[in-house]
Amino acid sequence: MAIDILMPALSPTMEQGKLAKWLKKEGDKVKPGDVLAEIETDKATMEVEAVDEGVLAKILVGDGTDNVAVNTPIAVLAGEGEDLASAVASAKMPDLVAPPAAAPAPVSAPAPATVPAAPAAPAAVYDAGLEVPAGTEMVNMTVREALRDAMAEEMRRDGDVFVMGEEVAEYQGAYKVTQGLLQEFGARRVIDTPITEHGFAGVGVGAAFTGLRPIVEFMTFNFAMQAIDQIINSAAKTLYMSGGQLGAPIVFRGPNGAAARVAAQHSQDYAAWYSAIPGLKVVVPYSAADAKGLLKSAIRDPNPVIFLENEILYGHSFPVPVMDDFTLPIGKARVHRQGKDVTIVSFGIGMTYAIKAAEALEKEGIDVEIIDLRTIRPMDTDTVVASVMKTGRCVTVEEGYPQSGVGAEIAARIMEKAFDYLDAPVIRVTGKDVPMPYAANLEKLALPNVDEVVQAVKAVTYR
Amino acid sequence: MAVAARKAGRAGSSAAGKSTPNKTLARKAAPNTPQFDKAQDLAAYHEMLLIRRFEEKSGQMYGMGLIGGFCHLYIGQEAVVVGMQMATKEGDQLITGYRDHGHMLASGMDAKGVMAELTGRRGGLSKGKGGSMHMFSKEKHFYGGHGIVGAQVSLGTGIAFANRYRNNGNVCLTYFGDGAANQGQVYESFNMAELWKLPVVYVIENNRYAMGTAVNRASAQTDFSKRGVSFNIPGEQVDGMDVRAVYAAGQRAMEHARSGKGPYILEMQTYRYRGHSMSDPAKYRTKDEVTRMREEHDPIEQVRRRLLESWKLSEDELKVIDGKVREIVNEAAEFATHDPEPDPSELYTDILL
Ligand SMILES: Cc1ncc(C[n+]2csc(CCOP(=O)(O)OP(=O)(O)O)c2C)c(N)n1
Ligand SMILES: [Mg+2]
Repeated sequence: MAIDILMPALSPTMEQGKLAKWLKKEGDKVKPGDVLAEIETDKATMEVEAVDEGVLAKILVGDGTDNVAVNTPIAVLAGEGEDLASAVASAKMPDLVAPPAAAPAPVSAPAPATVPAAPAAPAAVYDAGLEVPAGTEMVNMTVREALRDAMAEEMRRDGDVFVMGEEVAEYQGAYKVTQGLLQEFGARRVIDTPITEHGFAGVGVGAAFTGLRPIVEFMTFNFAMQAIDQIINSAAKTLYMSGGQLGAPIVFRGPNGAAARVAAQHSQDYAAWYSAIPGLKVVVPYSAADAKGLLKSAIRDPNPVIFLENEILYGHSFPVPVMDDFTLPIGKARVHRQGKDVTIVSFGIGMTYAIKAAEALEKEGIDVEIIDLRTIRPMDTDTVVASVMKTGRCVTVEEGYPQSGVGAEIAARIMEKAFDYLDAPVIRVTGKDVPMPYAANLEKLALPNVDEVVQAVKAVTYR
Repeated sequence: MAVAARKAGRAGSSAAGKSTPNKTLARKAAPNTPQFDKAQDLAAYHEMLLIRRFEEKSGQMYGMGLIGGFCHLYIGQEAVVVGMQMATKEGDQLITGYRDHGHMLASGMDAKGVMAELTGRRGGLSKGKGGSMHMFSKEKHFYGGHGIVGAQVSLGTGIAFANRYRNNGNVCLTYFGDGAANQGQVYESFNMAELWKLPVVYVIENNRYAMGTAVNRASAQTDFSKRGVSFNIPGEQVDGMDVRAVYAAGQRAMEHARSGKGPYILEMQTYRYRGHSMSDPAKYRTKDEVTRMREEHDPIEQVRRRLLESWKLSEDELKVIDGKVREIVNEAAEFATHDPEPDPSELYTDILL
C-alpha cells in the first residue's frame, strides 16, 4: 500500500517550513532510518527519516520549496513490489503550499497627538501616541529581530554592555534572539555559560555591582527559579542595603510564560512574582516596537530590570520605527485602541486575546479601549485610572495565575483611585488556578481565551 | 575538534570496552570487560531494541503532530540504562531528567502508558497531564521525569536519604547529563550524600553535548568521574556504549552504595544520535561524527554481533525478536493514537489532596 510521507513538525510552535533538499530520488529504495530530506525553519534544520521500508515512488514537493505546511504530503512511498504508477495515483496530491504567513494585523495607527479629553481624566496622563514623531518611516520586523537589534545597538553604544547565558553565543540563542551577536561582538562580550543559573546570575550581579551592564539571558524564565535568590536578595535589595552606594544595573531577560505543550515546569508566567519585589523594574512588551524601545531603555537603566518576553510572540511581526536611537520610557502604558464603553488592561501575550475580543465586540456595538501596560512595575496607574474614569468598566487579561496576579493588583488600584467611577466590579480573565497540563485539550482550557474576554466584557457592560 | 575526535575514539572504542577507574579514588581496579552469557545478551538486546524502536516511533509521531512540546530521544544511549538496570534489585529506585523514555521502559513501565503520555491521552502514565518530560511510576520505583536540569540530583539524594532512614537496603540510581553536572545543587548533594553515607549511585550520562554545547566548552573538569574527588566520592569512567561494561561497573557501584559506604559516581561515556530535542539546528557537530558513532560503536549492533557470532543465533531468530519488539511498539502507538484525551474535569484534579 502506498504511504504518504508528510511534512513533519520540528518544534512545538512550527506551522510550516522549507523543504531544503531531497537526499533520495524517485525510484530509490529506502529503509527505516534512512535520511530522505532536509527541512529548515527559521530556527533549525532537520532531517526527515524514513519510517517504513519501500521505494520512493514520487516526490510531491520539490527541493527549495518554502512555506510547506506541517502535515502536507511531500512524497509517496510504495511498498516493495508495488506498482509505482498506481501507488502514485492512489496517493492524494497536496494542496501544495501554505499561503505565506498571514500579515499580522497592523498596529493601530499612531493615536492623534492630542487625546480627546476624557471628562475627569487627570491632565498629565502619558501619551504614547507621541513616542514616534509623525511621518517616521516604519519597517516590519519580528519581536525576535527587534530584541536582537536593541541589544546590538546598545552594545555598539556602550562597551560595558555584554550578554551571557546558555547557548547565547555559538548556538545563536536557543530561540535565536542573540543571532549574529557573537559574530559582531566576539566571545569577550557574548558569553556562553554552563547550565548554572544560580551561579551565572550571581556572576552577572557581581559584575553589575562594579558598573558593568550585563544582559543575562535565561533560556526561559522557568529556569530563573534556580537563580531567584540572586535576583531578589542580591540584585533587587543591594542598593537599599548599601544606603544607595551600590546597585546592579543589570537586565535579566528571556521568554516567559507558556509556549505550546511544554507542560507544568516550562509554562509559568512570572510577571506577578517579580512585580511584587521593590527594587526591581518589570517590563513585559507585546509589540516589536515596544520590545525594542523598552529593551534599550532597560539596558541603560541603573536598576535591575526583569524583561519578560514570550516565545510565541517572537515570530510575530509589527511595524517598528526607523530611528537612530529609539527608546521608550519604562513605567508608561500605551493606549493600544481607544474606546468609550469598557477598558481592557493587558500586557504581553495577553494583548492577543484582548485585541481579538475587541474586534469581536465592536461587531456587537461595544466600543473597547485597550491599555497595554508594557511595564508591570512601576505600574502606570494614571493611564489605567484615566481610562476607567471614562469607561466606568474594566476587565484585566493575563496568562498568569489568578491569585495575587497582576489583575488583582490592577483591580485594587482602581478601587482605591476610581471607586466612584466604576459602574461594575472589575473582572479578571487569567490562566486557570492549576499547573499547566500537557494534554492539548486541557492546555487549551488552562489558558485564557478570546471568548472568556468577550464574556467578561459583556458581564461588566451588562449585555 | 582534536579533543572531540580523541574522545570519540575512547568513548566507544572497543569491543574490549574497558572501564577507566579514577586512579585516586577507585576502590577496585576495573577488571577486563566481563562477558555476558547468552541469556544476558538476549535480554540486553531485547531491552535496547525496544527503546530504540520506541524512540524511532516517538520521533515519527512527533512529526505527525501527535506528540507536542519538547521530546528528547534516547537513541544511542540505550546501553546505559539497560546495563544499569541489570545491576539493580527489586526495590531500588531511579530518577532522571527529561530524556526519560528509555529509563521508563527499562524499569518495566508499560509502553502503552508511556506512549499515551507522549500523546497527552487519558491512558498515559500521568493521565496526559505530564507529557514526555514528566512521568512517574510508584509501582516501578521510577521517580521521574524532571524538566529542570539538575533538579533530579538533589531529589535522588533525598530518596537515598529515605532509604538510609528506613534502613531498607535499597539504592537510588540518580541519572543526569554532562550539562546538568555543572549545576550547583549537584555539589551540595554530593557533600550531603558522602557526609551521611547515603545509598545513591550518580550516573552521569556524558553524551558529549548539552544542547549545542560540547562538554569542553562548558566544563573545566571534563573527567566527570572526578567530580566527587573533593567530597571523597569514588568514581569511574565507563564505556557507556558497551552494555557489559556498564553492567560490571554498575554492580561495583551498587555494591559500594548498598554496603553502607556511601555514594558512587559512574561517568557513562555515551552519545546521542538525534538532536537535543526535536528542533535542533545540529550545527555544533559534524554529520561525520554522528555517522562514525552510529557505525562503529552502536550499542545494539555490538550485542547483535555477539548473538550471531558467539551464540550462533540465525538471522531468522533475530527477526523474531525484532518482530516482537515492533509489535509492542506498534500496539503502544496504536493505543496512544486512539485513546481519548483526558476528561476536561481533570483540569482541576490532583492539585492538592
Ligand atoms: C535549570 C534549567 N536550565 C536550562 C534548561 C534548558 N535545557 C534543557 S536540556 C538542556 C541541556 C542539558 O544537557 P545535559 O545535562 O548534557 O543532558 P542531555 O540533554 O545531553 O541528556 C538545557 C540547557 C532546563 N531545562 N533547566
Ligand atoms: Mg549531554
